[in-house]
Amino acid sequence: MSTLAIDKAGPTRKTKYGSMSRDRTWALRWSYFFLILFAIFSLVPPIYMLITSLKSSAEISAATNPWWVYHPTLSNYVELLTSNQFLTFFRNSAFVSVFVVTITMLISVPAAFALSRMRFWGSATLATGVFLTYLIPDTLLFLPLFKMFAVFGDWTGIQLINRWYVLLLLYPTLTVPFATWIMIGYFASIPKELDEAAIIDGASWFQTLTRIFIPVAMPGIIAATIFAFTVSWAQFLYPLVFTTSTDQLVLPVGIITSLIKGDVFNWGQIMTGALLGAAPPLIIYAFLMDYYIAGLTAGATKG
Amino acid sequence: MADVTLRKVIKRYDDVEAVRGIDLDIADHEFVVLVGPSGCGKSTTLRMIAGLEDITDGDIMIGGDVVNDVPPKDRDIAMVFQNYALYPHMTVAENMSFGLRLKRYPKAEIKTRIDEAARMLDIVELVDRKPKQLSGGQRQRVAMGRAIVRNPKVFLFDEPLSNLDAKLRVQMRIEIKKVHQKVRTTTVYVTHDQVEAMTLADRVVVMNHGRIEQIGTPNELYHKPATRFVASFIGSPAMNFIPCRLEDVGGKLNIRITDRIAFPLPPARAARYQGVSRTDKLLLGVRPEHITEAKPHSEPGIEPFDAVLDVTEPMGMETLIYFTLEGAQICGRVNPNAGARDGSPLRLAVDLNNMHLLNEVTGVVL
Amino acid sequence: MADVAIQSNPVVGSGTRKRGGLQRALKRKSTAAFLMTLPLILLIAILVIYPAFYSLHLATLNKSMQRFIGFGNFEFLFKRETFWLVVKQSCIFAITAVVFKALIGFIVAHFVHNIPAKGQRKWRGMLLVPWVIPPAMSTLAWLWLFDPSYSAFNYTLSYFGIGPISWTGDAYWARFSVILVNIWFGAPFFMIMYLAALKSVPEQLYEAAAIDGANWWQRIWYVTLPMMRNIIAITTLFSLIVTFANFDIVRILTAGGPLDHTHIFATWAFRVGIEGGDIPLGASVSLFMFPILAVAAIFILRDINKRGNES
Repeated sequence: MSTLAIDKAGPTRKTKYGSMSRDRTWALRWSYFFLILFAIFSLVPPIYMLITSLKSSAEISAATNPWWVYHPTLSNYVELLTSNQFLTFFRNSAFVSVFVVTITMLISVPAAFALSRMRFWGSATLATGVFLTYLIPDTLLFLPLFKMFAVFGDWTGIQLINRWYVLLLLYPTLTVPFATWIMIGYFASIPKELDEAAIIDGASWFQTLTRIFIPVAMPGIIAATIFAFTVSWAQFLYPLVFTTSTDQLVLPVGIITSLIKGDVFNWGQIMTGALLGAAPPLIIYAFLMDYYIAGLTAGATKG
Repeated sequence: MADVTLRKVIKRYDDVEAVRGIDLDIADHEFVVLVGPSGCGKSTTLRMIAGLEDITDGDIMIGGDVVNDVPPKDRDIAMVFQNYALYPHMTVAENMSFGLRLKRYPKAEIKTRIDEAARMLDIVELVDRKPKQLSGGQRQRVAMGRAIVRNPKVFLFDEPLSNLDAKLRVQMRIEIKKVHQKVRTTTVYVTHDQVEAMTLADRVVVMNHGRIEQIGTPNELYHKPATRFVASFIGSPAMNFIPCRLEDVGGKLNIRITDRIAFPLPPARAARYQGVSRTDKLLLGVRPEHITEAKPHSEPGIEPFDAVLDVTEPMGMETLIYFTLEGAQICGRVNPNAGARDGSPLRLAVDLNNMHLLNEVTGVVL
Repeated sequence: MADVAIQSNPVVGSGTRKRGGLQRALKRKSTAAFLMTLPLILLIAILVIYPAFYSLHLATLNKSMQRFIGFGNFEFLFKRETFWLVVKQSCIFAITAVVFKALIGFIVAHFVHNIPAKGQRKWRGMLLVPWVIPPAMSTLAWLWLFDPSYSAFNYTLSYFGIGPISWTGDAYWARFSVILVNIWFGAPFFMIMYLAALKSVPEQLYEAAAIDGANWWQRIWYVTLPMMRNIIAITTLFSLIVTFANFDIVRILTAGGPLDHTHIFATWAFRVGIEGGDIPLGASVSLFMFPILAVAAIFILRDINKRGNES
């Protein structure tokens, strides 16, 4: 009986094995082929930014191969980086992002700690509410917010519209809910015995937060910080609606409104500006990819 | 160092009573183990002593002071948790010193205490490592070290060994006992493992359904269980319970199990059970080691009977045998050379000098 | 510990006397917790909840916001052809883009998962770049790639005798272009999510399926997809909301043109409300994004409840 089975299985098993490894090789080749295709698709726009940024306006308007730089020049970079206007945009963007990140973390870390550990009446509802808030898009709120700030200005005489710091009030509505959500997830994954041990060791709630929770949840804090920064840096709608004077603009809006004059597109400078504008998030991404991805996936896996 | 006293302690969650009135006196230097099945309220009791749970009613005293309203950090206790609860971002030394640093002890003092505890627990070379780099047993030692350096009035252990594998558990059990012999701190230890309870405790507190079933030394619990629960919980394999009745036969007291099987009670036992109603449904409680193969010569109180074995489990130094009697599965321990085989008949003997008689309805040992 | 705060109501009269201290401490803790969440609550209440309701109010006012006109704005919208164009385009845009993002994300995630583990990081890193670049910046690059006179795409296509294509000038091509850019931007997000989900499927399941005689396709259908169902659902839901509410890409690439053919709710609300100065009408337009949000909220709440019950 058993010899029969072996006889039968013997030859087929051999060919099967061979075909499987051949299948595997082909699957691998196809995978690489398509990955290269998708990588090209993904990287063409940024690479084209770089190509264009290295061209003079003469070369851009010449009928040469657009995919190649025949006379590379850094003049676009020199021009932008010495232009006060562009530096103002950059400075505004940096200020806004750094402040927003600070505000976001100051609000969301204590809130997440309270929501995940010190439950109180309505805390569960609030945690769910925080997540739902994250789903409300900026495009639904910009008109009422604009009107609210206009009315606020009329009533109090404090003019917030067309000041870069109005963004410090607006961006946290986009960053805080998600950052809080990420932090709730990270804090919840810390075993309860750890804070009980800290309590028995004599730590107050505040000390438990600062000396145990924040250090232990550092990956989450980094992920939330990166998230808040990239959102602030990339936000386009709010600055477009709320700021108009050139000295109050942040980078994305600044590039589009100042470098596009009517129908005249200075593509060399636009691409240079776009590339410089994309640089900070790209650099952070390059160095902290794992945290970046952790923050990205945290929303769904913990939601 | 201090004694711990619980007076009518009750813990109620909404409408569920987790702990239903516990009275317990723990003497200074004593090692007391709370043992019971999960959900019996032993952990809640420990956490109330720690101050991690407030008490619904009653009083808890540590060193003579009522600590009902005292927060955990002011109770001068130390606790070892089931999953160790080591701070993952701190080194072993930092873990152990965290409590002392919060209380602003001088650096030199902290260092002396860490060195001392590390030496006692044999973890001197680990003090600069992070918990992640430690094995389960080493983490357990560090968790104990963290408790020791605090030099508290009371040690509290919450199932500290249940995350370890069987071999390591035995080793750490001995380690805990050694530490207690050295520091002599009053200890309350919670476990669901009766072997741990028996081996570690000066006194064992058996809990069930939020109440104390029995308090006693390990030997008292084993040989003089007060209730069916204690009798079946302590000892492994567990005590056998065989439905039976008492009957008077010619002025002597017999214990009748089936129509065919009845044993005369030894005189001492007969005297003790004389007052028991003859119509009550009773249980004969016999530990497996008191059901053995029959010896050729008869001894007083050891009564032979025949059984057909269902299953045998050779353990090496002995063989466990299982058979059915009056619908109850009975376990006995016989000599490996007694010829016990699956499905074969064997002449056995029951040692009635070590029997227990229980009321089947109330579960009380008579 | 957490339960204590909720369940420590002093039910027993005799107990309150002795338990004052701890009770007070717990109350303090609960107050502290509330104070720690107060900034969050204020932020959400003032800058999210209030404006959301305020926009409902705004939608019932006339252009100068002096007079209540009930459903006047909506009646006006329903009569305009552009509005129906926007509704149609919003749905086409969101559904097509999400379907392709999900599909491409799934396929690419599989390819990345297929190759040896040590190379995966590099590929994942490259493929996520579109998601990392601020969309306003990358859309500018696309705009330049689609340029009517200097399009690098048309230059390349001319070698194959195709084109020139009016990428943003022709209504249909413009619709294609905005969807293409949205897919380019959003597919990496799906890829990353699916990749994380793929990694969480235990290898033994595939081995068991292989032993049961399942082929490659059956393994995906019977093992991978069911195991990833939750992630697929939630990612798609997220993406549907975000895509429906998209602004940057359409605004920069076509600004709604040509002839309003690529306007979606957000860009049209901006055109009407900010550029046209009719905030109530703009608010009415943006309110049409609300139903999709509500549906998503219901699904997510149900999911959270289900998880709550399971645990």
